[in-house]
Amino acid sequence: MGPGLSAQTIWRWTAIVLVHLAVVLIWYLAVKVGKVPKFVLASPGDTVLSLFDTYPWFHNTMVTTAEIFGGYFLAVVVGVGLALLFSWFRTVENLLMPLVVSLNMIPKVALGPLIIVWFDYGIQTNIIIAFSISFLPILITTARGLREVEPDLVDLVRIMRATRRQVFVKIQLPGSLPYIFSGMKVAVVLAVAGAVVGEIIASDSGLAYLIGQVQVTLDTAAMMMAVILITLVGVVLYLIVLGLERLVVVRDARVETV
Amino acid sequence: MTGPTTAAAEPFIRLDGVSKVFRARRQEFLAVSDATFDVNEGELVSLVGPSGCGKTTLLKIIAGLFPHDGGTLAIGGAGSDFDPARDVGMVFQQPLLLKWRRVLENVLLPAEILGLPMGEARERANGLLDMVGLAGHEQKYPYELSGGMQQRAAIARSLIHDPRLILMDEPFGALDALTRERMNLELLRIWKQSRKTILFVTHGIAEAVFLGTKVVVLTAGPARMADRIDIDLPQPRTLDMKTHEQFGSYTRRIYHLLGVE
Ligand SMILES: Nc1ncnc2c1ncn2[C@@H]1O[C@H](COP(=O)(O)OP(=O)(O)O)[C@@H](O)[C@H]1O
Ligand SMILES: [Mg+2]
Repeated sequence: MGPGLSAQTIWRWTAIVLVHLAVVLIWYLAVKVGKVPKFVLASPGDTVLSLFDTYPWFHNTMVTTAEIFGGYFLAVVVGVGLALLFSWFRTVENLLMPLVVSLNMIPKVALGPLIIVWFDYGIQTNIIIAFSISFLPILITTARGLREVEPDLVDLVRIMRATRRQVFVKIQLPGSLPYIFSGMKVAVVLAVAGAVVGEIIASDSGLAYLIGQVQVTLDTAAMMMAVILITLVGVVLYLIVLGLERLVVVRDARVETV
Repeated sequence: MTGPTTAAAEPFIRLDGVSKVFRARRQEFLAVSDATFDVNEGELVSLVGPSGCGKTTLLKIIAGLFPHDGGTLAIGGAGSDFDPARDVGMVFQQPLLLKWRRVLENVLLPAEILGLPMGEARERANGLLDMVGLAGHEQKYPYELSGGMQQRAAIARSLIHDPRLILMDEPFGALDALTRERMNLELLRIWKQSRKTILFVTHGIAEAVFLGTKVVVLTAGPARMADRIDIDLPQPRTLDMKTHEQFGSYTRRIYHLLGVE
C-alpha cells in the first residue's frame, strides 16, 4: 500500500541482490574451475581491477551516459509530444502515423553511417541515433493510451457539457500515464543500444568506443568492464524511470512490461 | 396524445413516440421505436427489457448525449428550470471510477467539471459517501474497494451536483446476486432520502418490480413499448414482499409481455 518498507519490499530487494551475486559467483567459478584463459574470460576480480588501468574510464562513461540520457530524453519529449499532437489533431495522425511506421522500419544500424555523414561524428550524432531507435515505442504506447479512453466515462462527463480540455486534463492524460511509462520502460533498452551502435560505427569516445580500442590489445577484462558500465548506466536510467512511475502512477493503474 | 395541461399534473419526463435510428455503413438500424411513457417528479421508474432492445440508447437520449429522430421528448415540463448539464446524474453498469483518484476525489469529478464551489462540494461529498455507506473509505483508491462499494461510490458521484434526475443503466448488473439484493434496498433508501427522480434500467424483472413505482416494459428488437405498469406495492418495500402473491402477479405479467412463459 503506502511507500513504507514492507516485508514484501525487503524480500524483493534481497532477492534482486542475491540473484545478481549468484551470477557473479557462477562467473567466478567458471573462470576458476574451468581454467578459462584470461583473454577469453576475465575473472570478476580482474575485471574490476581493470578500472585502475590507465584507460579514461570516467570520461568515456560520462560520454556514453550523456548519449543515452540525451537520446532518451529527446525520445520522451518527441514521442509524447507527437502522440499528443496525434490525439489533438486527427489529420496529423492520419498523415504522419504511416510515415512514422515506415521510417521505423529503416534499420538504424544501416542508417548510422549516413547520420554520421550528416551530423559528423561525436556525442550529438550518437544522441540522435539513440533517440531515433527509442522514440517509437514511446510514441506508439502513448498514442494508444490517449486513445484508450472508456467511452462511457466520456459520456458521463459529456452529459455535464465537459469541454475537450476538461476531458483531456481530467481523464485522457492521467489515464495515459501508465501507457507512457510502459513505453518509456521499453525505450531505455533501445536508447542504450542506440548509443552503443553509434559509438561502434564511428566515434572517438564513449565506452563502446573504448571496447573497440582495447579489443586490439586483447584486454578482455577491460572490455568486460566497459560492457558492465554501459549496463549500469542503462540500469540507473531504468531505475529513475521506475521511481518516477511510482511517484506518478497509482499502483493498480500501472502497466507491467519488462 | 394530449395529457393534462395543468402544471401540477404535468409529468417530469414525457416521451411520446420517441425513436432512434443508427446509421452505419449505409445501413439503417432502428434501435428505438415509439417509446412512449411519463415519469413524474420523485418517482422511481424501472425500465425493463431484454438485452439489445434499446434501453441504453433511450437513457442516452434522455441524458442528451444524442438526439432522437422521431417523436417528442420533454423533460422538466413547461417553464421549469431544468438544466440538462446540471440536472442529470448517471450511473452505468461499470462503476467507471478514475483509478488514479481516491474515492472522495472521484465523487468530486462532476463538481469540478461544472465548476461548483469546491469547499461546499467536498462537504457534500462526505455527506453522500456517508449516505451510501462508504464513510471511512474516502481516502481509498478504487482498487481497494469491492465491486459493490465501487458502485456505491459511483452513485454518490451521480448525486454530487444535486441533479434532479438520476439515470441508472443496469447499475447492479455486474454484481453477485446477494450484493445486488443489498444494493436494491440501499437504492430505495437513497431514493427516499434524496427525493430524486430515478429512471432505473434493468433486464431483471423481479428487480424492476421490486424497485419501481412504475415499470415500463420494452420488447426485443427496436424498443417497442409493451406496457406501463403501476406497481401498487406498499412503501417502503421490503424483501419479503417478493414472496407476496401480488409481486408474483406483476412479474408473471411482465414475463408474459416479454414472451417468456
Ligand atoms: N452507437 C451505435 N451505433 C449503432 N448501433 C448501436 C449504437 N448503440 C447501440 N446500437 C445498437 O442498438 C441496439 C440497442 O442497443 P442498446 O440501447 O445498448 O440496448 P440495451 O441497452 O437494451 O441492451 C443494439 O442492437 C445495438 O447494437
Ligand atoms: Mg444496455
